[in-house]
Amino acid sequence: MFQGSLFQSTSLSVGEITRYLRELLDSDEILRDVWVSGEVSNPSYPASGHLYFTLKDQTSALKCVMWKPQVLRLRFTLQAGMALEAHGAISVYEQGGQYQLYVDSVRQVGEGALYQEFVRLKTKLEAEGLFDEGRKRPIPAAPAAIGIVTSPSGAALQDILNTLQRRYPLARVVIAPSAVQGDAAPAEIVAALQRLNNEPGLEVILLARGGGSLEDLWAFNDERVVRAVVDSRLPVISGVGHETDFTLADFAADLRAPTPTAAAELATPDREELSARVRQLARELDDATGARLEYESAQLTSLQRGLERISPLRTIKERQQRVDELGFRSLLAAQGILARAHARYSGMNQLLSSLNPEAVLQRGYAIVRDPLGEIVRSVKQAIPASRVSIKVSDGEFGAHVAGGDEGEGA
Amino acid sequence: MSKERDAGMLNVSYEAAFKELEEIVAALETNQQSLEESMKLYERGQALSKYCAVLLEKAELKIQQLANMNPTPTEGE
Repeated sequence: MFQGSLFQSTSLSVGEITRYLRELLDSDEILRDVWVSGEVSNPSYPASGHLYFTLKDQTSALKCVMWKPQVLRLRFTLQAGMALEAHGAISVYEQGGQYQLYVDSVRQVGEGALYQEFVRLKTKLEAEGLFDEGRKRPIPAAPAAIGIVTSPSGAALQDILNTLQRRYPLARVVIAPSAVQGDAAPAEIVAALQRLNNEPGLEVILLARGGGSLEDLWAFNDERVVRAVVDSRLPVISGVGHETDFTLADFAADLRAPTPTAAAELATPDREELSARVRQLARELDDATGARLEYESAQLTSLQRGLERISPLRTIKERQQRVDELGFRSLLAAQGILARAHARYSGMNQLLSSLNPEAVLQRGYAIVRDPLGEIVRSVKQAIPASRVSIKVSDGEFGAHVAGGDEGEGA
Repeated sequence: MSKERDAGMLNVSYEAAFKELEEIVAALETNQQSLEESMKLYERGQALSKYCAVLLEKAELKIQQLANMNPTPTEGE
């Protein structure tokens, strides 16, 4: 569209020439991916979250912009006068008609050289296989003794000891004090690692240091330290700096923890979980034994039943029952007989009383007996002048039968 | 628990005690032993679980510091 058109008499609009410049810059290999170093001036953090600043040196100035997502990842705040290296692409801001650096990452000068050394060493050691996952040793789940390489005066040591006391106070702890920053630190760390490797009973080593700048943590990027971690007989857990810090010792360690506290956590089981497991086992112990006892008791009951079935006692009991039954029945029978006898007796008694001749006397009849006591039933028995006795209801009296020597009188 | 067994228990590390407890429970769950043996295992298991619980509750970290081989004072953080 623009090719050759500049020589035509018709002018280009501002927008057209700006877009042309932008496309020109955007197509340039160097400008698309460039590091620029300079001094920060006029840094501005507006509410939008984007960051605007200028990089300048003795001769020139370059407008820079960094969008919010990248700004959020920045680990420091830009200040005027700060020496900075900024990476990004140079392009044109069309509305302002100015070119600027669209920054995606920055680093403080000084960091740059260290970072390059870090990358160089990492590449080299990686190529040797020192960071291979397959080389890493398993971490014991519940170490009886734990070695610690750190500064004896640092907060990292207190964090680790507090964590171990809280989580797993059963452990024995051996501290190998060492400088963790400065020129002497790498050699001291190496020596401390070696001494712990010679300590009997240790099962794991924590290599730790609290947070700091890249320079502060530099000892943990030292090749000697990395090799000592790799050569360690005991597995090493590293906990250096903060979450976002990665050192070469971290890559070499058998397990990398984001912080010293996390290293102590990764090295130990939790006391609460262990207690819960012990309680669980105690329950299982009770359950298993309870089940066994129940089983044995059921077996015993079943045997007892079997025994009862075949025991002579059973026959004896059955016979006893039969005897009891017979006794009962005989009692019933006897009672029946008695009742019947009694009924018969009272019947007879009634009959008897109805036949009682005395009853007749009440009605005015009398019984006459001759002197021999015979009842006089016929006149023929009544011998004249003989003496008879007459029985009435309330007594007897004598009398003479009339006739014969009636004159004689009685 | 007898005094002798008490003393014997103290020579066992937590890990060893816990492992034995696990083994006892596993053994009891198979029901392979005589009843008398089972009851002995049960008693031992109970003692072990109490021992483990007490160890976990009462333990204090045993800290030993190796002498610094390098006489230069170590730097703080």
